Amino acid sequence: MSAGTLYDKVWTLHQVAELPGGSTQLFIGLHLIHEVTSPQAFAGLRDLGLSVRHPERTVATVDHIVPTTSQARPFADPLAEEMLVTLERNCAEYGITLHGLGSGRQGIVHVIAPELGLTQPGMTVACGDSHTSTHGAFGAIAFGIGTSQVRDVLASQTLSMGKLKVRRIWVDGALQPGVYAKDLVLHIIRSLGVKGGVGYAYEFAGPAIEALSMEERMTLCNMAIEGGARCGYVNPDAITFAYLKGRPFAPSGEAWDRAVAWWSSLASGPDAVFDDTVRFDAASIAPTITWGITPGQGIGVDETVPTLEQTEPDERPLAEEAYRYMDLQPGSPIAGTPVDVCFIGSCTNGRLSDLQAAAAVAKGRHVAPGIKAFVVPGSEQVAAAAEAEGLDKLFTTAGFEWREPGCSMCLAMNPDRLEGRQISASSSNRNFKGRQGSASGRTLLMSPAMVAAAAINGKVSDVRELLASSAPL
Amino acid sequence: MTAPTASFPVGPIVSVCGTTVVVRGDDIDTDRIIPARFLKCVTFEALGPAAFADDRAELAGDPAGPHPFDRPEHQGASILLVNRNFGCGSSREHAPQALMRWGIRAVVGESFAEIFYGNCLALGIPCFTASHDLMLAIQEAAAAHPSAVFSLDVAAASLEGSGCRWQLELAPGPRQTLASGQWDATGQLLANGTALEATAVRLPYLSGFPG
Repeated sequence: MSAGTLYDKVWTLHQVAELPGGSTQLFIGLHLIHEVTSPQAFAGLRDLGLSVRHPERTVATVDHIVPTTSQARPFADPLAEEMLVTLERNCAEYGITLHGLGSGRQGIVHVIAPELGLTQPGMTVACGDSHTSTHGAFGAIAFGIGTSQVRDVLASQTLSMGKLKVRRIWVDGALQPGVYAKDLVLHIIRSLGVKGGVGYAYEFAGPAIEALSMEERMTLCNMAIEGGARCGYVNPDAITFAYLKGRPFAPSGEAWDRAVAWWSSLASGPDAVFDDTVRFDAASIAPTITWGITPGQGIGVDETVPTLEQTEPDERPLAEEAYRYMDLQPGSPIAGTPVDVCFIGSCTNGRLSDLQAAAAVAKGRHVAPGIKAFVVPGSEQVAAAAEAEGLDKLFTTAGFEWREPGCSMCLAMNPDRLEGRQISASSSNRNFKGRQGSASGRTLLMSPAMVAAAAINGKVSDVRELLASSAPL
Repeated sequence: MTAPTASFPVGPIVSVCGTTVVVRGDDIDTDRIIPARFLKCVTFEALGPAAFADDRAELAGDPAGPHPFDRPEHQGASILLVNRNFGCGSSREHAPQALMRWGIRAVVGESFAEIFYGNCLALGIPCFTASHDLMLAIQEAAAAHPSAVFSLDVAAASLEGSGCRWQLELAPGPRQTLASGQWDATGQLLANGTALEATAVRLPYLSGFPG
C-alpha cells in the first residue's frame, strides 16, 4: 500500500468522512463544469430540492459543442444552442462563474483552468470529463466523474470515492528532438496497455519528467485515463511554480510564498512507498502513432503494423478487429499511410507550445493537395498568444485553416467531423471506432508536429526528417 | 425496446432477474455504447434506443446476423454479459443511462473501466466480475439459452441460469450499499456538514494561504 506520496497526502487532507460500504467522502477543491455533462446534474439538484453548496468552487466554460468556424449566436445547431443556453441559465441561477464565448477566457475546460491559475498543486479537482486527469500536471489529484457525481459535488462539494493504488512511472533520460510528451504517453500506454492503469493513480517522475514544461506535463497527465488510470500526476516543482506565478487566480503577495511552501511540502518524499514502479527510457522513444482502434495500439513511426504473431494472444481479437476497421495490413509500414484530414488541437495538444511545435514543421511549406488541415487553439488565450506571434498567418499561408477555440474534431459534438471512411492524423486522445464523427471514420493519434508533417506530405511521415531541413521559426 | 421509466432501480438492489444479452469484445468504449452525437441533449430520456447505435448499424446487414441488441430474442433483456475493460474512455454517464433505458439492470464482465463502474453504481446497476474462462462459460450458456431467465444475487455475488450456478465477484462496498439501498450517495454526502467544514479549514488554498 502506498504511503507518503503526493496522492496519499492530498487524499488524507481532503478526507471528510468514511461512508457506508467503506468508501471515502472526499472534499473537492475545484469543480469544473461544461455544457455536456452538467444539465442533467442541475436537473437532478432541482428534483431533490437542493442548492449548490459552494458556488465559488465551481467554474464553468463551454467547449464541446461550440462550432470552430463561426461562434455567432444563436448557433446554427439548435441542440447546441439549447445546451449553451441551459448552461448559461444554470450558472446565472446558482451564482457560478461562466467563462463564456468572447470573454477572453473561454476554451477547453482542461486548457483554461490551468492557464487562469485555477488549478493548483494539492487540490482535488473533479469535472464531468474523463480528461480531468490533465490537472494532475500541477500535483493535483484530478479525475473525471459522471453526471450523478457532478450533481453530488454541486450539492455537497464532496464525492464518494475509493482510494486508488499508486504506480510510479519513472522515466530516465531525455526525449530526443522531434519526440514530444505525446509520444512519451503513447509509448507508455502501448507498453502498459489501455487497462494497465485501472485501479491506479499514475505518478510520473524521473529526470525526463522533471525536464518537461507544464504544457508537456499536461499532455502526459491528460492521457493517463487512456491507460486506464483515472488520475495521473507530476510532483510540483520550480517549473510548476514559475508557470503559476502571476496568473489571475494564483495566490500573490505574501500568500505566494506560503503557497509555494505548502505546495512543496506535498511532493512525494524520498521515503514514499509506491504500490509498484515501472521504468522507461525516454531516449529510446521514437515519434509514436496509433495504428488501431485503442490508444494502446501504438507503434514507432519507423515500425510496421504488428502481425498477429507479434501480438499477445489475448490481444489478437482486438488486433483483427482493428485491421478490418482501419484497413491496414499487418506487417506493413505505418509511414506512408495516406491521410485525408489533419487536426491540430484538443485538450491533449491544443496549447501554445503544441501550436509552436506544429508551426515549426509547417513554416515555409504547404499542405499537400487534397488534404484538409486545420488548427484549433485550445482557448481564447491560446488563440490570442498564437496570433500575437503570427502563428495564424504562418498556418494559413501553409494551407491550414485557423479556427476558433473548442474541442472540435476530438469528438463529434460540433460541426467538425470525419466523413465516410476518411482517415485523420489527429493530435487528440482517442482513436475509438466512430470517435471523430463518422461511424466508419479512422483516426491515427500522434503529436501536433507529426500531424503537421502528415499534412505537408499527405501521408504519415517521420517529423524528424522534416525538422532536419526546417527553416528556423 | 425501451423499458418503462417506472422500473428504474430504486431502494435496495437484492437481485436482478431477467433474460441475458451477450456483447462480446474487449475494450468496448463509451463512444461505442453511446456515440457522441447523442450527447447533444439536456436530459437522458431519449438515450435508450441509441445504445450501441453505430455498432448496430454496422451489423444491420451482416450475414452473421444483427447486433445482439437488435436480435428479437434479446428484446427485454436485463442482464448484459461483456468481456474486458468494458466502458473505457469518456466519463459520459450517458453510456450507463442508455443501457439502463434500453433495459439493462446489471452487467457481468471480466473487468470494467473505473468511471463507468462508478456511474453504473450511482444508478443502482451492479457490475459483477468473473475470470476470463468463467465469463466465456457464462456467455456460452447464455447464448445457448436466450429465452432463459437468469438470476443475480447481490449479497452472494452469484449468477444462476440454464441449470448452472456461477460464483462472481462484487467488492464488499458496492455489495453492501446496493443491498442496503445506500448506493445513491447524495443523502450521505449531505449528512456530514460539520465534518465537511472541518476539512475545509485545514485546506490553506480555501482561505488564501493565511499566515
